Amino acid sequence: MKIFSEIGRYILFMQYVFKRPERGRVFWSMLVREMNLIGVDSLVVVILIAIITGAVTTVQTASQLTSDAGILPPSLFPMEIVGSVVGSSSVLELAPTITCLVLAGKIGANIASEIGNMQVSEQIDAYEVMGINSIGFVSLPKIIAGMIMIPCLIIASCFLLILGGLIAAKLTGVMTMDEYVTGLRSSFVPHYAKVLMVKAFVFSFIIGSLSCFQGYYTKGGALEVGEAGTKAVTKICVMILLFDLIVAKLLL
Amino acid sequence: MIQLQDLNKYFEEKHVLKNINASFLPGVANLVIGASGGGKSVLVKTMVGLEKPSSGSVLFENRDYHTLEYEEQQKLRREIGMLFQGTALFDSLTVEENVAFPLMMFSEMSKDERRDRVNDCLSRVNLVNANKKTPAEISGGMKKRVGIARAIALNIKYLFCDEPNSGLDPLTSRVIDTLLIDITKEFGITTIINSHDMKTVKDIGEHIVFMHLGEKWWEGSNSDLAKAQKSNKELDAFVKASF
Repeated sequence: MKIFSEIGRYILFMQYVFKRPERGRVFWSMLVREMNLIGVDSLVVVILIAIITGAVTTVQTASQLTSDAGILPPSLFPMEIVGSVVGSSSVLELAPTITCLVLAGKIGANIASEIGNMQVSEQIDAYEVMGINSIGFVSLPKIIAGMIMIPCLIIASCFLLILGGLIAAKLTGVMTMDEYVTGLRSSFVPHYAKVLMVKAFVFSFIIGSLSCFQGYYTKGGALEVGEAGTKAVTKICVMILLFDLIVAKLLL
Repeated sequence: MIQLQDLNKYFEEKHVLKNINASFLPGVANLVIGASGGGKSVLVKTMVGLEKPSSGSVLFENRDYHTLEYEEQQKLRREIGMLFQGTALFDSLTVEENVAFPLMMFSEMSKDERRDRVNDCLSRVNLVNANKKTPAEISGGMKKRVGIARAIALNIKYLFCDEPNSGLDPLTSRVIDTLLIDITKEFGITTIINSHDMKTVKDIGEHIVFMHLGEKWWEGSNSDLAKAQKSNKELDAFVKASF
């Protein structure tokens, strides 16, 4: 029963999020601030994660294909397959899912703790007493900023994953760069880019809305603020993986 | 004037406010007093709309807050200023940005007009040279003053103060009390102060509502308090214990 009441509360919360902001000028300045916090401040971690993940995927895929322990002998597999596997898995899975799981930990926890702290220190009550729709005021800029910046980060991550694979191929010598690029090009399916963008928007909405929701209903003190961050990350990760499956099933 | 009519509030099974009927007068400092757990904070939160009453009415000049349409409620809320117990200053904003916040949201003032109004409000609460500081960089007493300045930045009709002296030394408490009564008189607003500090009651309380175990136990003027103590042993016990 608790899950249904939670879903109901989330729907009511979202109704207030999308009410028209009281003052457009204030909303825009908050949106720019949030875009900076969510996008620019996450760039370094996304670059690092993407390049390393791309490199690891390349090295491990190449290792599996050249292993004698496989069902078929390694000589049957052209090394171009590595580029093909890295390219497809980067676009379809690694860029949207891994990036968003990392961002859930960084942005989701941050937003939930920030709003939770505002709640326990009565700042949310102060907005309400002033006649401001506090849910929309604190949540909408964060959700919109997330939906603008996270897809940009995911697109960047996609290119960086492939670049990471290329660097790994070159440095470790498991294959030539030509083989890698040929594999990439041969496996490119334009429809996968659409799937990537759908996932990017769905996941960024999940990160923004769930973290705001979790933070807004924090009650208590410092301990509960910390718990709100942890709960937000857990719920976001589960929902991202669930919707990853749903989107994949619907679009592939 | 604010009137409470048959106000009840339950938290699940717990009856926190029991059939409260009271009036809060304009242009005077109305004090809600009582021991901790007596329902003072819930009463104030219900009056400003942060809690919904289980039954009964809160009338602001005969407008029943809780039956108004959402937009009307928001409009009424802009006539209300509140000083929170923990001040509730926005910690990402500086002192002047905190005071300017309601002006940015609800007035058509230009940047210069806003700056002048902020400086007026800050000088009214005797706070100078703190404009660019953040709440984390100022003392508890200064935070309370910024909270008051923010509350009066718009031309409010009602000022609610939840334990304005909590966490302050006696000297600063008196400064805040004096400031609150001066502002009440100067702007002719209806001020409701939730307090258990009897010094505040004696110094600035004009109209007093005594809450005990969720009920309104007594209501009257400061001058009637001593007489009421004789016939009301709970009030007498509270007053004596508070000194």
